[in-house]
Amino acid sequence: MWEYAPAPESRDIANLKPNYRMLVDGKFVEGSGEPLKTINPGTEEVLAEVSTASQSDVDTAVKAARRAYDRVWSKMPGSERAKYIYRIARQIQERGRELAVLESLDNGKPIKESRDVDVPTAAAHFFYHAGWADKLSYAGYGPDPKPLGVAGQVIPWNFPLLMAAWKIAPALACGNTVVLKPAETTPLTALVLADIIQQCDLPPGVVNIIPGAGDVGAALVEHGDVNKVAFTGSTEVGKIIQRQLAGTNKKLTLELGGKAANIVFDDAPLDQAVEGIVNGIFFNQGHVCCAGSRLLVQESVADELLEKLHARVSTLRVGDPLDKNTDVGAINSREQLAKIKELTESGEAEGAQRWTSSCPLPDKGFYFAPTVFSNVSQAMRIAREEIFGPVLSVLTFRTPDEAVAKANNTPYGLSAGVWTEKGSRILWMAQRMRAGVVWSNTFNRFDPAAPFGGYQESGFGREGGRTGLEAYLDV
Amino acid sequence: MSDRISVAKTYKLYIGGAFPRSESGRSYPVTDSKGTFLANAAQGSRKDARDAVAAARKAFPGWSGATAYNRGQVLYRVAEVLEGRREQFITEVAASEGVQVKKAQSIVDTAIDRWVWYAGWTDKIAAVLGSSNPVAGPYFSFSTPEPTGVVAVLAPQQSSLLGLVSVIAPVIASGNTAVVITSQERPLPAITLSEVLATSDVPGGVVNIITGRTAEIAPWLASHADVNALDLTGAPESLRADLERSAAGTVKRVLRNKASEDFSVTPDMSRLRAYLETKTVWHPMGV
Repeated sequence: MWEYAPAPESRDIANLKPNYRMLVDGKFVEGSGEPLKTINPGTEEVLAEVSTASQSDVDTAVKAARRAYDRVWSKMPGSERAKYIYRIARQIQERGRELAVLESLDNGKPIKESRDVDVPTAAAHFFYHAGWADKLSYAGYGPDPKPLGVAGQVIPWNFPLLMAAWKIAPALACGNTVVLKPAETTPLTALVLADIIQQCDLPPGVVNIIPGAGDVGAALVEHGDVNKVAFTGSTEVGKIIQRQLAGTNKKLTLELGGKAANIVFDDAPLDQAVEGIVNGIFFNQGHVCCAGSRLLVQESVADELLEKLHARVSTLRVGDPLDKNTDVGAINSREQLAKIKELTESGEAEGAQRWTSSCPLPDKGFYFAPTVFSNVSQAMRIAREEIFGPVLSVLTFRTPDEAVAKANNTPYGLSAGVWTEKGSRILWMAQRMRAGVVWSNTFNRFDPAAPFGGYQESGFGREGGRTGLEAYLDV
Repeated sequence: MSDRISVAKTYKLYIGGAFPRSESGRSYPVTDSKGTFLANAAQGSRKDARDAVAAARKAFPGWSGATAYNRGQVLYRVAEVLEGRREQFITEVAASEGVQVKKAQSIVDTAIDRWVWYAGWTDKIAAVLGSSNPVAGPYFSFSTPEPTGVVAVLAPQQSSLLGLVSVIAPVIASGNTAVVITSQERPLPAITLSEVLATSDVPGGVVNIITGRTAEIAPWLASHADVNALDLTGAPESLRADLERSAAGTVKRVLRNKASEDFSVTPDMSRLRAYLETKTVWHPMGV
C-alpha cells in the first residue's frame, strides 16, 4: 500500500458569505422566520446564517409566483423560456467549481462527487429541459399541452443542488413558476442557484427560493394557490403530504425512500461487481434513496464475494469532504448519524454479523465507518428499513426465483441492481423487479434523459426524460 | 301460445373467475328507473372486497406477464362476445338507466367499440410511452411502461355499462388487474358483463366485480395494503377526500376523475397512463 498525501480543495473557492437571504419576487430579502445556522458536517463549524421563511413569507412567495405565471411566464413563447433555462445551465457550468466546493462544505459529500456528479448533472438537467420548452407538442401529451401554474417544491439534503435542478428545470420548461424550499441543513447551493437565476435575468417571481424547516414545506404544499406539489424525501413525510393534499386539485409527484436490492449471480465478474456494490452503497455516504442497501448474493459465491468486498471497503478513505482523495465524506447531520447508529445497533442485537472498516475517522465532524452486515435475514430491521448511511446488509439466495422474491419483498420499489454475464437473465430479472430503475452490471447512473422514480411506497411520477414532463403539464 | 314463466337470474358477485354470493349473505333490491323491481343484487362486504383483492393479486403475474398481443386478443374477444349479447345489454341498460331503446343501442354499441379501441392499444402502449434514452455515457438505457398492479375501481354511478367499460378496459389493457365496485343503484349490466368476461378468455381474477354499497366497501379498498391504485370516478362526493387520505397510507396512485366525464367520446391515453409505472433499465456498452 502507498501513502496518500492530502489534496484538499480550497474552501475559499466557495465564496462563502456570512449571511444568505431568500429569493422572493426577484429580490433577495430577509425572511421573517427564525434565521438558521448551517454547519459544515465535516467539522461542525458554522458556515453561515441563513434567513428562513415564515408563514406569511410563504404566502408572499406564492403570490409572486402566481403574478409571474399570469403576467409573464405562461404567456412567453417556449422558445424564449428555453433561452432563460439554457442560461442557467451555462452559469452552473461556469460556476461549477464554486458550487462543488460549497456543496461539499454544506452537505459533507466528497468533493470528487460534488465536482463530478452533482454539479455537472445539475447543469445537464437545465440544458436538457431547456430544449423541451418549445417542443412540448412533440412530447406525446397532445398538441400544445398547458402548464399547471405555481409549483411548490420541497427537496432533501442529500443532493441539494441536483435536486433543485431536477425540480426547477422541468417546471420552468413546461411553463410553470416555482416556489422551492431547500432542506434545512443544506440551503447554500440552492441560494447560489438563486443568485445564478438573478444573473440570468429571469423575470421576478418565476423562481422563488425560501429556506426553512419542515413547517415551511408544510405551509408551502398546503397553500391554496399552489397547483402542483413535488416532493423528494422520506416515505413518512411523503405520506403526510399525500394526506394533506387529499380532496384538492393539486397535482402531486413523490420521490420517496427505497431499500434497493443489488443482486449478484455466480457468473458475475466479481471484481466488477464489488466496484458496483461499493458505488451502490457508499456513494454519497449511502445518503441515496436508490442506494443498493440490500446485497443479494448467490450462495455459491457469497464467501468469495464477501472477502473481496471487505478487502475493497477497507481501502475506502473516510474523512475531509474537501480532500480529493476522500471516498466517503461526512454524514450530513448529528440526527442522521444517530439514526444510522441506532439501526446498526439493531442489526447487531438481532444477530447479524457486523464488519466495520478499521479506517481512521476524523476527531471532529459526523463520520461513520463503512459497515457491512452479513448473515442478515429478511425480518431484520437492517433488511427492511432505509438506513440512509454507509451500511450494507448482505443476504443470500440460491435460485433466480428466490432472488426476485427477496428483492421484491419490500414496500419500496425505487431501484435494483443485477450482476450477471448472461444477457437473457438480465432482461428476465429486469422484467420481474418491481422497481423504477434497474441498473444491470452498473449502479447509480443518472441522466436527465432517463426517467427516474419509484414503484409502490417509493412514490409516483417520474423525473427526467419525456415521461418526466407529465408531472408539470395539465394532462 | 301460452305465457311461459321466464327463468329469473340470480345476480351474484364475480371474484376470481367464479360467481359467489356475498359471504355476508346480504342482498339488496334493484329497481328500474321507475321503481319497478328488477332483481336482488348481492350486497358485497369488506370480506368480499378482500377476497377480490387476493384474487386480483393472484392473477397479476400471469396477466401482466402475458404478451401484449395475447392481451389484445382477449380484449377483442370481449368485444366479440359482447356483440353477441347486444340485445340483452340493450334491454338491461334501458331498464337500468331509464333511456329509450334507441339511446340504449347507441350506449351498447359505443361500449363494444370501446373494448375494440383498448384492445388495439395493448401492443402499442410501450412504443408510444416507452423510450430509448440518449444518456451521456457508454450505456444503453431504455424505459418501458409497466402495470402498477392491483387497481381498485369505483365505477361511475350513472353510466352502468359504457362508463363501466370505460373504466375497466384501460386498467386491464396494460396488464393490471382490477377490483371493481359497480354502480350502486344500477349494478345489473355489470354482473351481466362479468358473464361476458368469464367466457372471453379473460383469466379468472383479472377483473373482479362487486355489487353493493360503494360507501361501505370503498374505504376498505382505499386502505388495503395490497391495492396499488384507486380510481375515484364513482366515489360519492362526500367520501372522496377521506378515500384519498386512506390511499396515502400506502402511497397509492389515485385517479381523481369525476363521474361527470363524458364517456360517449373516444378517450385519450390518460386512463392508460394513470395505471402505468415507468421502468428504466441501464446496461453498459463495451466489448
